[in-house]
Amino acid sequence: MTDAAIAPLLVAPIEGPRVTTERPLVQVTLIGVAVIFLVLFLLLPLAAVFVEALRAGLGTYFAAITEPDAVAAIKLTVLVAAIAVPANVVFGLAASWAIAKFEFKGKSVLNTLIDLPFSVSPVISGLIYVLLFGAQGYFGPYLQSHHIQIIFALPGIVLATIFVTFPFVARELVPLMQEQGTQDEEAALSLGASGWKTFLKVTLPNIRWALLYGVVLCNARAMGEFGAVSVVSGHIRGKTNTMPLHVEILYNEYNFAAAFAVASLLALLALITLVIKIGLEWRYADQIAASRRH
Amino acid sequence: MAASYGLGLKRPSAIPGFGLALGFTLTYLSLIVLIPLAALVLKSATSGFWDTVTGARTLAALRLSFLTSLFAATVNAVFGTIIAWALLRYRFPGRRLLDAFVDLPFALPTAVAGIALTALYAPNGWIGQWLAPLGIKVAYTPTGIAVALIFIGLPFVVRTVQPVLEEFDRELEEASATLGANRHQTVFRVMLPTLMPAILTGFALALARAVGEYGSVIFIAGNMPFISEIAPLLIIIRLEEFSYPQAAAIGTAMLMISFGLLFFVHLIQAWRRRRFGND
Repeated sequence: MTDAAIAPLLVAPIEGPRVTTERPLVQVTLIGVAVIFLVLFLLLPLAAVFVEALRAGLGTYFAAITEPDAVAAIKLTVLVAAIAVPANVVFGLAASWAIAKFEFKGKSVLNTLIDLPFSVSPVISGLIYVLLFGAQGYFGPYLQSHHIQIIFALPGIVLATIFVTFPFVARELVPLMQEQGTQDEEAALSLGASGWKTFLKVTLPNIRWALLYGVVLCNARAMGEFGAVSVVSGHIRGKTNTMPLHVEILYNEYNFAAAFAVASLLALLALITLVIKIGLEWRYADQIAASRRH
Repeated sequence: MAASYGLGLKRPSAIPGFGLALGFTLTYLSLIVLIPLAALVLKSATSGFWDTVTGARTLAALRLSFLTSLFAATVNAVFGTIIAWALLRYRFPGRRLLDAFVDLPFALPTAVAGIALTALYAPNGWIGQWLAPLGIKVAYTPTGIAVALIFIGLPFVVRTVQPVLEEFDRELEEASATLGANRHQTVFRVMLPTLMPAILTGFALALARAVGEYGSVIFIAGNMPFISEIAPLLIIIRLEEFSYPQAAAIGTAMLMISFGLLFFVHLIQAWRRRRFGND
């Protein structure tokens, strides 16, 4: 017999069509429930954004996203992400280097503290900086006398954004670098490479896809953050409004077409994020696997 | 264990950069996270923490936030498990696409989700117009809050259950079947107990996220004091009145709820490791 003829005989009994799966009727019901739930709660809201955005026609759509306040909001959102994401990348690299490459006391506490911002409400993430730097905050009088504005200005928005996106890069890198161990680095060092050279030429290539993965997720949250930024921004149109805040203002003015037009840009960003995320998960599963396991 | 660290706090290593990396990590962590959070707790302790937290309006807001979150997390635990099961065990057209979309709530900004859900469930919306004649109001009621919280919490359950179900040993199912169990018994007596820690973890994570959620909720909630005013919104209202200690008190109460849930998750994980071994 050829291999091809044997194969089905070997495979069929192991698959066991009936004992380890449900009856067809149960299967169809469960698939139906899952699909209806996902369509109702995920796909329909996403579709609604684009339909509502284009309801008043393409002219209104493009007018809404090219109007000066919208452009200012887009610029501010990009600027904030351009500061917050690199800051958290540097932190993520430092934290994962310390945690993954060394054994020291208090490591698990440090690991837990890094994840802390994920369990803090976005509103509280903004509130804490108002309590520190607001007019009646701890450093408020000092800042006022030196004419430094943090709250209701760019620094506050950046701080709140850094807080809510704090763990994204570190939590992708730490488990992967722990899994990879220190052998590659030790080899490079013993061959005479300097510490920085080892990091740039050995460690960084080993973690680049997980790093990109973390950056993409971090960026999506940074650009889309609403609650934390809403507390510290002051909602000054054309000045301290990010895109999500601009959506809120337009919506509260009953300018629904414009609100959904700006929202559709954010939804597009979410879709691009998902595509890159899935692409990385399929293409480089093994190199980001460690972080996907929890 | 202690001996391997020598006299210091760190085990000797040939790799350089420990001081710089850890120093930077701790400084950044303290400046961005620890000191600001300490300021919150300090501020709430300055005046009348209990009076604020037990005030009628605060209690109503905290209760609403917690109960709607509890309801949403329960719905997510049930349907999230079914979705994880269907996506992993069955083959049907569009499966991979739907699987990819499960992460949408992580990627979609909450304000966008909020106005989209409101557009759907408002009395003249795509879904709301069919519910209105039946006397069911979703938008601008606590039900609307629950809908938004179901949306943002769904991925937590699906993504914690999926890997555990994927690694589930099929031989256990076969053993159960050969020992005479029917499929119903195998699923409910053999498989679900193994999945339970993952389901509970996903439930607690969804709950923790929902309690603090703001962006997706405020558009659909209606925001009526004592009826549909969530705790995070009350913090913002107090801030706008410049009542910093009150805002800080509500914030601290919410932090305590979140950390309680986080501790619960750690207990589940420890229990799972004891019961089912290391994963």
